[in-house]
Formats: sequence, C-alpha cells, structure tokens
Amino acid sequence: MAIEDSGEPIIRLFHVHKRYGAKKALSDLSFEISRNEFLFVSGPSGAGKTTLLKLLYLGATVSEGQIIIDGLNLSRIPRRRIPFLRRKFGIIFQDYKLIPQRSVQDNIAIVLEARGAPRKTIRKKVRSVLRTVGMEDKRRALPPSLSGGEQQRVAVARAIAGDPQIILADEPTGSLDAEAAEVIFELLREYHRRGATVLVATHDAALIRRTGGRVILLEGGELDVVTTIPRLPA
Amino acid sequence: MIRMVNRALKDMWANRFLNAITVVTVALSILIVGAFALFFVNASGLLSLWTKEIRIMAYLEPDMTPEAIRSLGKRMEGMPGVGDVRFVSRERALEQLREGMDEASALLDSLEENPLPNAYEIHMAEAFRNREKFELLATRIAGLEGVSEVEYGQEWLNRFIRIIDLFRLVGIAMGALFFLAAAFIVANTIRLVLYSRRDEIEIMRLMGGAEAFIRGPFYMQGLLQGALGGAAGMTMLFGGFRFVADKVAEGGGFLPVRFLPDEMILGIFIGSMVVGWMGSYVSLRQFLKA
Repeated sequence: MAIEDSGEPIIRLFHVHKRYGAKKALSDLSFEISRNEFLFVSGPSGAGKTTLLKLLYLGATVSEGQIIIDGLNLSRIPRRRIPFLRRKFGIIFQDYKLIPQRSVQDNIAIVLEARGAPRKTIRKKVRSVLRTVGMEDKRRALPPSLSGGEQQRVAVARAIAGDPQIILADEPTGSLDAEAAEVIFELLREYHRRGATVLVATHDAALIRRTGGRVILLEGGELDVVTTIPRLPA
Repeated sequence: MIRMVNRALKDMWANRFLNAITVVTVALSILIVGAFALFFVNASGLLSLWTKEIRIMAYLEPDMTPEAIRSLGKRMEGMPGVGDVRFVSRERALEQLREGMDEASALLDSLEENPLPNAYEIHMAEAFRNREKFELLATRIAGLEGVSEVEYGQEWLNRFIRIIDLFRLVGIAMGALFFLAAAFIVANTIRLVLYSRRDEIEIMRLMGGAEAFIRGPFYMQGLLQGALGGAAGMTMLFGGFRFVADKVAEGGGFLPVRFLPDEMILGIFIGSMVVGWMGSYVSLRQFLKA
C-alpha cells in the first residue's frame, strides 16, 4: 500500500477499514494529506469516496484502523469534543443539505450560531461570504427557489463561513453545468490559496485535469493508485 | 440564551395548535393538583381552628372527697400545656344539660338522682394547641388517679382527620398521574417538533453545533410549555376560588377560606416547569442519541 509523504500532514489514515454489516465499503486505506494541499479523491460510483469523507468528519466511524486529524485520533476523541473537531471542517455535500425552510443567510448563519458567535459578527461574516460567492442579492431567498448552481454556491458559502482549516467537498459539481462548475471550483481554489486544505471527491476526470493536483483513486473501496496530475494550461 | 428563547418561541408558534393542546393539558393538571392542594390547605386551616377551641373534659370518679377533687385540680393545673382548669360540678352539669334541652328538659325531672359526674374542663395553653400535643395531654390526664374518663371529641376529630388524609392521598395520586400525563404530552409535542426538524438538527451537528446549542431550544420549549400551563392552571384555580369564596361570604362567611400560600403557588409553578423540562428530556434522550 503506497503512502505518499507530502510535507506536514494534517490528515493521516492508517489501515482504515469500513464495513456496513457484511459489506466492505473501504479496505486497508493508508495515506496522508498535507496541510494546504488540494487533493482529489476519485473513482467510479460506489468506490467509497463519500464513505471516506464521512469517516473524516465523523459522520461514520471506522471499523478498523486509525485516522489522525491535526493531531487528534478520531477513535479516541470523546463525544463532547466531536463538535470542535467538525469546526475544523467546511463540508460541501453532494445534495447541498440546505435547510429548505430557512433563508440563504440563515443557512449560513447556523455555522456561526453553532459556535456561539455574537450576532453582529454573524451578520458581518454572512454578508462577506455571500459577496464572495456572488449571492448577496439572494440572501433572503429560500433554497428551493434557487437553481442547482446557486444552491451549491450557498453550500460553499456555508462551508467557508467558519474559516475552516479543511474543506471537504463531495461531488461539488456533480449536478452543475460546466460554467457553474467552474465558478464553484474557482471558489475552492481561492480558499485553497488562502491556506485551507481542500479535499474534493469527484469522478469528473476532466475537472481534475483542468485543476491539477494529487489524486487518490479508489476502486471497490481499495486504494488503486495515488498520482499527481499537472494542471492543464488554460 | 435570548437566541434559545427566540428559537423556542418560533417553534411554538410554528406548531401553535399542538402547543396549545399541550399547554391546556398542563393547565388542567395544575388545576386538579391545585384544587386538591386548596382543599387540603383550607381543611387543615379549619382543623387547626377547631383544635384551638377544643377543650378536654375529665370526668371524675364518684365518691371523691372535696379535698381529693381540689388536689386533682391542682395537679392538672401544674401539668405542662394546661392553660385554664375549671371545675364543673355535677349539679352545674345537670343545669347546663337542662338549659341545652329547652322544652325536652322536663324529661330530666323524672330522674331520681343526678346521673352526671363531677368534671374538670381543661383548656390548652396557646403554644400547645395542636392535635398531637393535646392528644398526649389527654392521655396523661386520663391516667391521673380520680379521673374515670376523658373526652375531647376525639371520634369526630379523628374522622375528620381521616377524611383529610384520604383527600391528601387521592390528591397526591391524582397529581402524580396528571403530572405524568402532562409530561407525556409535552414529550410527544417535542418529539413531533424534533421529527419535523430532524434534517436541520443533523446539519447543525455536522456544522459543529454543540449538543447544548442543539438541545437548548427544545429544553426551553418544554420549560415554556410548563410555565404557560402552570400560569394558566393557577389563574383558573384562582378564578374558581374567588367564585367559591364569594358564595361562602354570601352565605355568612361561616367558613374561613383562603387561597394557596405564596410558597405553594411557587412550588406548583416550578413543578409545572419541571414537568415540561422532563417531557423535553425524555424526547431528546430518545430522539437525539448522539
């Protein structure tokens, strides 16, 4: 099993297995992700990309092996510390996971409310991230009234609102057209330039080629290959 | 805290019909518990009033010499808890009986001799006017040489006390039952709200929301439901009390009635909030297993 060392690691996996009942979702994964790396996890549907992301933010627990994030061993983290671990992440879900009854600005504010930020700070920050994703004029809209691309931009705004160290994006452009996908990716690249570690799960090879970076390819829950793809010239 | 209250109020408004039913259920529970408490408070007040006016009659053995009667009286006066001791001669007792019988007193003329005994009428000292103390005193007086019988209306008093005790038991049992029912209804309301907001809760957790942040508004909602129900129940009870008190006053005010003491009102109110909190706790435990 290949372990690639690329500078100071922020995420480390040691022989991680994940089973759902008798079904193996991930088998013997070991690799490291460096701080401020832009990394892709790729593979066909069912390869285990979403499961891997879930294990990182403790949406599921490993069946075997260990995951260390920023020095914290996830197998030993007490339940009350889990929210603090999750605050290191900005998560972009495949299905956006926006609250349909809450306005765009409320959906973003929830991240900061959960951390007990003062009202004024929340207002300021929400405006700022909405400006970043170009959705300031839709701040009072309800998510169901937005297009897929707009909802994804709100999801990105929510992910970056808490200034996370790590951004986990699960098929962030899966249901978007090329133009909308490029907007989202530019946002992720911008945040990466500001110092965040970005982990994108996608099966879109063209997108990976356009962006470039290290790629972890999964196949049937197993690590198939770790490679680095150079960015295609624009 | 303000955010928590706002969130709870928003949820309550969004599910206002369900919340209204919950508040009414809590209010009815409080009304029933309060009604029993009110009865108990007033019955106890009545008992203590009667106790204050009660006196012990110690009937003496026949054929006692005047010297022995006087000495017995002195001994009674010296007993702790005794306030006033008055001798009632058998002749005076017959006279009093005759006065009490009015026209029927002619019946007494046919008696060949006075059947009534000499007696002492004993009043309690102020500090000793409670049931336990004068029962003890009555027992001690009954044990004195020369006293054949002691009487202080113990039969009706004990019957009255048994009724109060029965009401107290029924009140506690009904109160516990209604409190449980109220907690169950609150729990169900909270469960429905939790169910309708399950996606939101999941998202809050994934975004790093601490358990206190997620659960707080639901606890607040339970507390508010309890508080509103408690206040409504107490208001209804007070309305009912005013109505009855006015009727009693119209009837000559022969019974002194009063509303619950402040500390009991506060206790019941806090109890209703605890019921709301318990309802939330049960639902949150079941629904939000981390």
